[in-house]
Amino acid sequence: MASRDDIKFLSNPNIGSQRKKYCRFKKFGIRHIDYRDPDFLLQFINEQGKILPRRITGTSLKYQKKVAVAVKRARHLAILPYVADLLK
Amino acid sequence: MIQYEVTFIVDPVLSGDEIKQTAKTYEDLLKDSGCTIVNNDGLGLKQLAYPINKRTSGIYYVVEYSTPNGTFLPKFELALKRDERILRFLNVRLDKYGVKYNADKRAGLIGKKREKAKEEVKEEVRKAKPAAPAPKKETPAPAPAPAPVAVAVADKSEEE
Repeated sequence: MASRDDIKFLSNPNIGSQRKKYCRFKKFGIRHIDYRDPDFLLQFINEQGKILPRRITGTSLKYQKKVAVAVKRARHLAILPYVADLLK
Repeated sequence: MIQYEVTFIVDPVLSGDEIKQTAKTYEDLLKDSGCTIVNNDGLGLKQLAYPINKRTSGIYYVVEYSTPNGTFLPKFELALKRDERILRFLNVRLDKYGVKYNADKRAGLIGKKREKAKEEVKEEVRKAKPAAPAPKKETPAPAPAPAPVAVAVADKSEEE
């Protein structure tokens, strides 16, 4: 008779478990987002220059709003493009 | 006192003196309106992310100023808007964190913090993906591999 320890998983149990996302602004204590810093803002936009959603970056709502404003300001000042292809 | 920050892009086609003069015009305008200038910073010539008025680059200026009241702001913005030497401008009110950020940046504290934060993020990425550096090591490996083949081919050719 097979004991309970002998029962093996049919699939790798680690596949479904993702690493916990976190808000980098809360974690590192960043209170102000500079709209003149394109390198930093690049982390929050995709290759086409669109703002990434919160569910992907893990940013909290409070800072996602600030990120969005900073990206839009940077676009206005031609620091970031409105539309792009292969930005990264 | 409320602190503001205006960023404007000056046309790069103008001569050096004209560019400086343009920047100075607005500093003087601010001073005449009763503002105290906290800091002014020329970021220099930068490539624009998209063309504005058929220009592909521009000279960025940032002026931080504090003012007791914002009554002159519409006039100031109208002056910037009407000026043909200025491609774009953005006037922003700074909150207390923004003021602190700019002060820290001037003191040279921000860059180091950023780098630290980035390094930490990178380290975490490395921890999360231990497999990531491995392919990098593998990629140079095939390079020496063709050499023996070439030698072998050479040997063959010599034999023939």
